[in-house]
Amino acid sequence: MITARDLRKVYGSSRVLDGVSLELGSGQCLALLGPNGAGKTTLLRILATLLRPTAGSLRIGDADALREPERARAEIGMVAHGSYVYEDLTARENLRFWETMRGGDASAGRLAAALAQVELDHVADERARTFSAGMKRRLGLARVLLGRARLLLLDEPFTGLDRRGRKWVSEFLAGFKAGGGAAVVATHSFGDGLGVADRVAILGGGRLLMDRPAAELSAEALHRLYESLTDAVEAGP
Amino acid sequence: MTYARRAWIVLWKDLLIERRAKEHANALLFFCVLLLFLFQFALGPDRDRLAAAVPGLLWLGFILAGLLGLGRSFLGERDNDCWEGLRLTPGDKSAIYLGKLVGNCVLMAAVEILLAVLFGVFYDVDLWTPAAPLGLVLALGTIGLASVGTLFAAMTTQVRARELLFPVLLLPVQVPVLLATVSATQALLLGQPLADVAHWLKLLAGADLVYVTIGLLTFEFVLEG
Repeated sequence: MITARDLRKVYGSSRVLDGVSLELGSGQCLALLGPNGAGKTTLLRILATLLRPTAGSLRIGDADALREPERARAEIGMVAHGSYVYEDLTARENLRFWETMRGGDASAGRLAAALAQVELDHVADERARTFSAGMKRRLGLARVLLGRARLLLLDEPFTGLDRRGRKWVSEFLAGFKAGGGAAVVATHSFGDGLGVADRVAILGGGRLLMDRPAAELSAEALHRLYESLTDAVEAGP
Repeated sequence: MTYARRAWIVLWKDLLIERRAKEHANALLFFCVLLLFLFQFALGPDRDRLAAAVPGLLWLGFILAGLLGLGRSFLGERDNDCWEGLRLTPGDKSAIYLGKLVGNCVLMAAVEILLAVLFGVFYDVDLWTPAAPLGLVLALGTIGLASVGTLFAAMTTQVRARELLFPVLLLPVQVPVLLATVSATQALLLGQPLADVAHWLKLLAGADLVYVTIGLLTFEFVLEG
């Protein structure tokens, strides 16, 4: 689903990404770990075609995402910090807007089904302004479900959520994966999302410091590895 | 069909949010009344002076209200990263511009009608007799102002000094529209027939065509930034 080769992003004299390569197949979930400023959001925005890399190549599905971003975007569902929610629209109206913008079927039945799937059917006609951060995140995921995205990109999806909300997002990810979708989850928290991740990658100083199958690593081993790798980057050459 | 649906849903969303939040409408209403008082104080009670200044004042009011309204038309898209969401939607991005443009024209027309009625009452000007030709000038002028205003509002939304930059960019480009609308309005208020201002209407229609076409063709580049 993703084939990224030697992605670089430079702002002036600052190298935010420095030769990142990764591959991700359908039905796989990659947890992208890294401290603040490691380049996680930049990498995610490049994968989402929102940002153009300074150098490198990127394929999303069959599309060359740098030459044909429009084709790649048809495959992508992104849930960023803000979840793309209009506060003065209801949950149902938000979904109707985004699905129509995608050129999809925004029929009442489909909207209701998506809202039921993310357990927001009871507040379907309430304005998003009254929603908690977790509910807005779920509304963002309902938008992704409606769009039938095959690649899900999540930026810090667990931030600001309570235990139940975090569990819900993890279960959602597991279901998305089981349906053949691929997901990249950028996070700086260890506990969340790793349960459903097939691979764990650590980003530090703009470079991919590690990319290994999640099954090979216990939580403790991962924590130790993370500390040693990111400390080494911070200490410099 | 999808293009029209996308433009329509943007228009529907903007008008629905405006109806609920009333952010623009309330501020603009207050601004219009304030403007009328200021003009009244500045020009005094001299009727002849007022009558000569009314076309200019009327369009100054429209422009100032338009600057306030248009400048904010993309600010709502910054909340919760909706701007980013719009970028990620596949398809022709000019549909977003078209929806926003029509929404801005509707809001501006509502403000202009209100302002015109208040002008008529406050300054005892007969706007009713030339209402139909005046409506045509108003419609063409509004499209001209909103087409460039919508594009520049999108361009300056992500800029820090947008409140300053927006009018600085917009007003020079609006010179042909302002010239034509003020001249045509003056002639119509003096009782001249529509045929006498045909050359101004042609200029307005031409400017509108050019501005809307440029907006439709360049909006994607503005959105992608």
